[in-house]
Order: sequence, then structure tokens, then C-alpha cells
Amino acid sequence: MNMRQCLDSVDRAVELLHIPGAGEKMTNATPRAKPLDISKMKALYRTVLLIRRAEERIRDLCVEGAVPGFIHLSIGQEAVAAGVMSALDPGDTVTSTHRGHGHAIAKGVPLEGLFAELLARDEGICRGRGGSMHLADLSRGLLGANGIVAAGLPIAVGSALAHRSLGRTLLAAAFFGDGALAEGLVHESFNLAMLWRLPVLFVCENNGWGEFSPSAGQLAFALGDLAKAYRLPHRLVDGNDVAEVAAATAKAVASVRRRDGPYLLECSTTRMRGHYEGDPQRYRNPVDIAESAARDCVAIAAAKLRDMGVSAAAMAKIEHEVDSAIAAAVAAARAGRAPSFDAAAADAYAARIG
Amino acid sequence: MAELRYNRMVAAALADAMAEDRSVIVLGEDIGGGGVYGATRGLKERFGPDRVLDTPISEATFMGAAVGAALSGLKPVVEISFMDFLTFAMDPLVNQAAKMRFMFGGQGSVPLVVRAPHGGGVSGGAQHSQCLEAWFAHVPGLKLVCPADPPSAYGLLRSAIRDPDPVIVIEHKALYAARIEGPENPPILPIGKAHIARPGRDLTIVTYGAMLRHVNKAADGLAAEGVEAEIIDLRSLQPWDEPTVLESLTRTHRLVVAHEAVEAFGIGAEIAARMADIGFDELDAPIVRVGAPFMPSPLARELENTYLPDADRVIAAAKRVLE
Repeated sequence: MNMRQCLDSVDRAVELLHIPGAGEKMTNATPRAKPLDISKMKALYRTVLLIRRAEERIRDLCVEGAVPGFIHLSIGQEAVAAGVMSALDPGDTVTSTHRGHGHAIAKGVPLEGLFAELLARDEGICRGRGGSMHLADLSRGLLGANGIVAAGLPIAVGSALAHRSLGRTLLAAAFFGDGALAEGLVHESFNLAMLWRLPVLFVCENNGWGEFSPSAGQLAFALGDLAKAYRLPHRLVDGNDVAEVAAATAKAVASVRRRDGPYLLECSTTRMRGHYEGDPQRYRNPVDIAESAARDCVAIAAAKLRDMGVSAAAMAKIEHEVDSAIAAAVAAARAGRAPSFDAAAADAYAARIG
Repeated sequence: MAELRYNRMVAAALADAMAEDRSVIVLGEDIGGGGVYGATRGLKERFGPDRVLDTPISEATFMGAAVGAALSGLKPVVEISFMDFLTFAMDPLVNQAAKMRFMFGGQGSVPLVVRAPHGGGVSGGAQHSQCLEAWFAHVPGLKLVCPADPPSAYGLLRSAIRDPDPVIVIEHKALYAARIEGPENPPILPIGKAHIARPGRDLTIVTYGAMLRHVNKAADGLAAEGVEAEIIDLRSLQPWDEPTVLESLTRTHRLVVAHEAVEAFGIGAEIAARMADIGFDELDAPIVRVGAPFMPSPLARELENTYLPDADRVIAAAKRVLE
């Protein structure tokens, strides 16, 4: 590949992000402080339910043996992904975690590409090379789920630096769990983002677990106190209440877009499944599992809709639409092609030389 | 012609790249003031603090941030003060930057450049002298270049910045103050192409980086004894220019590979193994490697002088293949 081709492939890479260039006006960057209306709440419920049903389907496909690799489900935590993404602009970038299906769905990754990737088919968004732990869709600002705990934080910090340097009014959001909080990258990323006042939204999905151990046994501090040490604005919300997450994120996003610097949103949530699919969770108290189920974010969102006067028929319609979309995506994924080895090998580099 | 200094050629390459492309930024520790080696001198004054970023001492995170910036439209050039400190930045380089394009199914790329000085000779001790290039050459997705002189410092860095993939530019601490006569505007040098630094017919000596100086001296010594050594400066370690080395071997039939890095499991081992395979029929003697012994780099001058490979060691190796 010659130099011109090298440069072309860089241009293509940048184009893939679909990010307006310097000076270009973004969509309305002001906060959506409107009171929650029924259509917004319906949309939030729909996303929460879509993630839940999609992950239940992934669980079944795992049992069937159709999904290669390690699978970490976010069942119980869907409201965080749905609520946070509802307040982001399409061009905002996101780094996700090993428990990232919900982030991908809420960021708008098409279900067909998602399921095809989970089944490791050539039609997958990463052509079957990434799978669950490396889901990425640069055209939608998803800079990757990540197999390395805490690795997404500095990547989001750098993405935010690029947004600012190139004159974009976009932000970068970094998702991470409380299991990441003892990693140095978290502390260093808070420091760097605050020091440079970068447009980063840090989102901690605090489910009380770091892999197979309670995070209380891993951390000598509370996240709010840590945030104070870095003078990082911090807010703790009920991560299982999608409306609360959405409203808190809209405020946080407004603060970040005002160029006030980064913001840390801590979402208290519940992991209803094991660390990975197949984890027997012998380390977990049945009472804790039952308590998690009692705080089910899907039920909380459904109850809110009913309280707002949405009919059972309307709710059933949403369920039907969600289930149909998933069924179609799974069927398409099952019919997908096996990935090509030569194409995979060729993509180790953008430009082979010599 | 002009007098070219290695550190100034690095700064010139950065300045030219930044002037040409607004998306190029430079970041690292203390670089606003020129960095440890003066290789970024003048850039902050010329391009401002938004494009020349002094980072906290936080290698893992500013390397990770450079990866994120590269994914989002910038071309970051990171300075690491000592290559040894890349140990802190292994995750963003090895697990993230190197694999993203591949893992993401060919979406995008990570146009990241890392400048990292290796090498001893300055009594840096065991944590400030290592040559760790073989680690990175072993990681699919990374490219490595190693300029041996001021014009290559310019030419290879320019190519690295234009390259769509992550490239590690390995400089040598002892070379920053080196100066030679050269063209005022050195050419941009392609990645993956070696340079025949000295033609010869009796044996081929493959080397790279600061070791070229010792190999040149060795070739002078050999010439005095009537032996003509051909010297290949690899310039690029990953990918490395296998055809040029093989072609030389078909003429000389004898091969020495010399580098400052520890000999065991080094770059030289890969070159020797490949030539023993695809060049087997051409070889008239065993391939001999020259490298540092398998021990950490020592501090005392007497110890370090013995530790570091020099011209005498290269001459001894040449004599072995000429036996």
C-alpha cells in the first residue's frame, strides 16, 4: 500500500465516525430539561425492555451453545444504559465494558449486526472477530466494549480531547463498574480529565460486585469521597429507575457541554445474573439475589408507565414489537456466513508495508 | 548540506507534520519545555498548549487517552521519556491500540505514534537503559521503526505520523546529541524499507539504531584486514525488510546480526531464524548474533562498558562467520 492509500484509509476511518468537522454546528446542545412526558417514558421503557429481552435471548443462545466465548449479561442494569444514552447526542462517543450489550443496544447498534456478532458471523458488526467483549460500532460512536477492566476510561478521556481539539461540541462517556474502582486507570483518568477540564461523562454502574467478590471487600473508599478528592462533580442516583437516570444524565450532560469539565454519575444498580453465563454464584447469598429481583428496573419502568395511564394494550404492543425485532435479528444471524480467515488476517493492519 | 542533529531532526519532523496536518498533536511529560532530550523544543511556542500537551506522570492513562484520541480523529504523537516506562502503558498499546482495527472487523484504525528512547551508555542503570523492542515486535498490529542517524530520525518519524496504524519510533538516548552532515531537508523514509549503509562482498552485517555506529567502526577494522562487510541498517523492525537482507545474503553467503538489546529472544533471533529457513541454501557459515548478555543493564561505567556490545564484539562475530 502506498502513502496515498495510507492517507485514504485514515480518511475513511475518520469518516466512519460520522463526526462533523471543526466549526460545524451540532444538534441542539442545550439540556433537555422538559418534564418527563409519556412518549419519552415509553421510549425509555422500550429500550430497557429491548435490552432485557435481547439478553434473555442471548442467555438461551448460550445454553444452546450457539454463542462462542465469555458472556457477561447486564440483566438488572438495563436502566443505566437506556437512561444515560437517552441524554446523549448521536455523535457522542462511548466506551463500554465487558458487560456491554445494553450499552450497544441503547447507543443504537442494529440488532441484526449485534446478534450476528454474538454468533460470530461475518455479518456481525465486527465480522465475528470481536464478539460480546469487543462490540464496537464507530459509526455510532461506540468505541468498544472492553475485555480489560477500566481500560475504557482513558480511551474516553482521549476521545473527549479529540472532540475539544477538533472544535466539536460532543462529549465522551465512559461506563465502568464498581469492580474497576481499585484500578489505577480510574484514578488517573479522573485526574487527567479534571486537570484538562475535558468533556467526559463518567458513568459508574455500581452493582456491588467485582467479578465474584463483593466490592466492599475490595475498596477502602466510597466513590463520592474519591470524587471529592479530584474535585469531580458527582451524583448518586437509583440506577434501576430509568427516568431518574435519564433526568440526572441530562443535567450532567448539560454541565459537561457548558465546558465545566467532567462529571461522574454513579448509578446504584443490581446484577441479577452471575459474573459470566455459567457462573453458579455459590458465593452469593440468596437473599441478595431476591432483593435484586425486587428492584427490577423493567418492572419499575412498567409501573411508571401504568401510573401515567398507559394501557395494558399499549404495553403489550411494545413487548410484541421488541420480541419481533429480536426474533428477526436472531433468525438473520443464524443464517449468517462463517467469517473469512483471509479477510481477518488482512485487517491486522490498515496498511501493510513491504 | 547542513549539520543535522538527531534531537533537532525529531523536533523538525514533529513541526513539519503539525504544520501540514492540524490533527497532529504531541503529548508527554515535560515536553512543553523541550522534554528530557530537547526533541520537542520550540513546539509549544509555535503550536500552542492545545496541541503540545504536558501530561502528568501518568503513562498508562495518557497512552490510553492517545488511543482514544486516535480513534476519534486526532493523530497523537506520544513521547515516553524512557522506553522502560512503557511497562506502565502496555495495556493501551498491546491490548487496545494493536488490536482495535482487527477486533472491530476492520472499522477504523489507530493512527498513534509513540516515541520511546531505549539504550544504555549513560549509566542509566537497569530501569533507564533497556532495549525492549522485541516485546513490541512480537505483537501483531504494532509497527516499529528505529532511526540510526539524524536524517532517518526525521524521515521515519514523518512516515510514522502519516501511517494509519500504531507505530513505535524507537530512538536512542546516546544519539540525541549526535550530529552529521546531511541534506537540509531530509527525505521522508518509507516504513518497512532497509538501507544498505555500506556495500561489501564478504559478509552481511544486519543492524539498527545506535548499534550502526559500532558496526561501521567494526567494518573499518575489517576493511583494514581486507574484509569487505556489507552493512544493512534495518530502519524498520516491524515489518522488517526481509527481501533486502535475503538479497544481500545471496551475494555474501555470511550473516551477522548485531544489536544492543539482550541477545536472547531478540530481534536478531527472528532475523537469524528466517534466514536459516528461506536463506538456507545461501549460507556458507552459521549465522552469528551480537547482543547484550542475559542480565540487567548495570550502572558502573566499567560494568556497562563490558555489558554493551561494541565494535570488537562485531569483529569477533564477523571472524567466526568467515572461518
